[in-house]
Amino acid sequence: MEPVIWLAKGETMAPNDGSWKRVFLSMNLFLTIVIDGLIEASWLFVVALGLTLVFGVLKILNIAHGGFYALGAYIAATVVTLFAAKGLPPALGFAAMLLAAAFVALAVGVMLERGLLKMFYGRDEVVLLLVTYAVFLLLEDITKLIWGVNPILATQPYELFGNVSFGKLFYVGYDLVLIPVAIASGLAVWFGLNRTVTGKIVSAVIHNPEISASMGVKINRIYAFAFAFGLMLAAFAGALTAPKISVQPGLSSDVIILSFAIVVIGGLGSVEGAAVGAILVGLARAASVHIFPQGELFVIYLIMAVVLMIRPEGLFQRETARRI
Amino acid sequence: MKALSHPLAMLGIVLAFVLLGRVLPAWTLSLATVAASNSLIALGIVVLARTGNVSFGQGLFYAAGGYGVALIANSFGLTDAVVQVMIGAVCGGLLGLIIGPLISRYTGIFFGMLTLALSMVLYGALVKTTALGGSDGFNVGRPTLFGNVFTDPREADFMLYSVSVIATGLAGIAATVYFRSELGLVSLAVRANNLRVEYLGVSANRIVAINFVIAAVFAGASGALSLMAQRHIDPQFAYWTTSGEFVFVAILAGYQSVAAVFVASLALELVRSFSNLYLPNTWQLVLGAFLLAVILFLPRGIGSLWTSANRKSDQPDAPAPGAAVTEPAE
Amino acid sequence: MTPVLAVEGLNKRFGAVVAADNLTISIPAGQKVSLIGANGAGKTTFVNLVTGYLKPDSGKIELEGRAIGKQSPRDVARLGISRSFQIPQLFIELTAAENVIVAISGTKAVPLSFTSPAEAQDRREQALVLLDRLGLRAYADRPVSELAGGVRKLVDIAMAMARRPHLLLLDEPTSGVSAEEKFSTMDRVIQAVTKEAGTIVFVEHDMDIVTRYADRVLAFYSGRILADGEPDVVLKDADVRRYVTGGAR
Repeated sequence: MEPVIWLAKGETMAPNDGSWKRVFLSMNLFLTIVIDGLIEASWLFVVALGLTLVFGVLKILNIAHGGFYALGAYIAATVVTLFAAKGLPPALGFAAMLLAAAFVALAVGVMLERGLLKMFYGRDEVVLLLVTYAVFLLLEDITKLIWGVNPILATQPYELFGNVSFGKLFYVGYDLVLIPVAIASGLAVWFGLNRTVTGKIVSAVIHNPEISASMGVKINRIYAFAFAFGLMLAAFAGALTAPKISVQPGLSSDVIILSFAIVVIGGLGSVEGAAVGAILVGLARAASVHIFPQGELFVIYLIMAVVLMIRPEGLFQRETARRI
Repeated sequence: MKALSHPLAMLGIVLAFVLLGRVLPAWTLSLATVAASNSLIALGIVVLARTGNVSFGQGLFYAAGGYGVALIANSFGLTDAVVQVMIGAVCGGLLGLIIGPLISRYTGIFFGMLTLALSMVLYGALVKTTALGGSDGFNVGRPTLFGNVFTDPREADFMLYSVSVIATGLAGIAATVYFRSELGLVSLAVRANNLRVEYLGVSANRIVAINFVIAAVFAGASGALSLMAQRHIDPQFAYWTTSGEFVFVAILAGYQSVAAVFVASLALELVRSFSNLYLPNTWQLVLGAFLLAVILFLPRGIGSLWTSANRKSDQPDAPAPGAAVTEPAE
Repeated sequence: MTPVLAVEGLNKRFGAVVAADNLTISIPAGQKVSLIGANGAGKTTFVNLVTGYLKPDSGKIELEGRAIGKQSPRDVARLGISRSFQIPQLFIELTAAENVIVAISGTKAVPLSFTSPAEAQDRREQALVLLDRLGLRAYADRPVSELAGGVRKLVDIAMAMARRPHLLLLDEPTSGVSAEEKFSTMDRVIQAVTKEAGTIVFVEHDMDIVTRYADRVLAFYSGRILADGEPDVVLKDADVRRYVTGGAR
């Protein structure tokens, strides 16, 4: 049987002299997949981190999360365009777009939780899922009404960090910067949850809201804060990716499905799980793009389905028995 | 109300609706056709929802039915509308038979997520399958009926309308009988407390699987109807937002009444066509607001408007319960 | 004669908590056994183990000589053990009669019907008979969500009786029932239950109920059986008085 060898784009390999029969991936392709995968994983992780936090604290699987990713991307695109039109430096635009997206998402998040979600607490988890689906639908059209349906390009910050090369591989610096940004976000959330007083209180609420409330924890505030913070992460990730992509309708429904896959794979409510899930999804996607382009989309959902079948509680969660 | 729910009376109503199609203006006819075919898949979601599980991936079976019919039509020249509906139902049902037993172990959001994931697997595969037209999909020819070819568009539309109304109507009649049956009642019991159902010696998973297959059959048939109306198919059939819209119809209808599903579906299509006409890009806005209002004010759907009133009236007044209400706290 | 229920060397731990500590119990047909003990003594764990909701860490459970320790609650129910729950497990949106009809449907050997109406004459009558035995006739067509706690408790028992079980386990049948009605409720339960099931095991906190209705008492303390015998004897036992009944009454 002829061995199958996958090569990176433009790469060639000497004819088979029998010495590389067991080599299935060329080194360059392997590196490409790992780096592409990590870039993809980094922004996906930030989105999924928000989703998993909201689920952990409020026990809500928030479909509208994708809408906030899109909102963040649109706000960032607007800010960048505005700064570019005024002739201000792209670095300033970059900082401003992140701040603006995060701030708007925080504000809208608190309003949404206090004004709407609160009314449905205590109802079935599926009902809450439907409520967030309704919010998702609302956001879809609200963004269309504000920004129209035409794609917006705001690529100025994309050139900020120059280009980087590893041997024969070239990368846009901006893409590589995403990786440390994601790691920093993850560490910050982990540190905040595990090493600060507020974090301990949030953990207590996650563990048992009733007992926390009886100990004097202001549950409502924790809920509002956690929800808004989760959405802020989504918008932040949206802003981060905005310079890389063309911002247009449909972003939110694609992103929410990807982040669902990540949190389901990692275990709903788990920060570590979101990280592992994001890396898995990122690598799987990069690998299929390079090796098996037909599988680009369905590989991810296949992983999600398989994980659900084998370990429905996800890789990082423990099953809890029902009390009778 | 009781007399109207006799199967023969319901059959009469379905036929009356078919005849009504003769006098409806053209745009209403196609709108009603879409509403009828959407009712069918939403009815399946309602059947499943009676076990307490909401599927966010009915698009899987919808697409299976649609693609199955389209492929068979194009390769074997099978154009008969009735046969196509049956093929759609079989395609959906077969897939449901494979997936149902696997998925029935799950409840709540896990059930929803898993159905969603499976439909997205199909979507992802279809988008990249160039042989099936990739994300553009492909076209199919006009359906025929019992050897008759319909060249007059008005007649063709009426034929589609009739087939859709009859197929959906028959499914509705079957569902009405089913909801009142032994299995129908046990399904509601699974929704309320699946553990107790097990303790009574019944497999709750099996009940869920049975309802899942019924929902898959309805979704497959609905996919076939939708294909006939559009004469085109693409991966969007399997995308999760397509499934989401059908969930919307089911939630709007509630799980207590079959008629409510048709009313909900028709209402949705009317709102859709009006908002497309007068307020572009606000369709989902309307949908979202509508959904929130229903969950808030009519948590059991519009069907509860007439069924709960019905239920109250046949209850005799029981004497005030004498036992204490307090539960022990252990 | 083979006992209805035979348990041998049954162990179950939850982390550091020993919920069943080498339990060996044999219950012959026709006995009315009461389980007593403080909260957390292992009574409900015992019921959960016997009905298959919990799997034992080790030990044997036999129903009429047949090993059931590895069976699911569904299979255990099919083999002839029914139970009621401390917190009634009902189908809250359905009426009392519908709840019992579901229980009756569960007893059928043939697959459930897609077409035959749930409220068919014979099934409904069977349900009404069961409800009647517990004095619940008047509540038959009310959703159980509207019923008081004590009434729900009885509906729960009526459902457990539908199968005519060989062994019926009742988890605190009179908790939630007002003090004045405790005896009349228990009278009904015992009378109705004796018609349908030969052997009864009930968890009970009220010692007056225990002395009046039980043939035999098993006193639990931290997963072990402290005393086993006739009510008079067990309730006078020094250990039982110290650890179980105490001054709490």
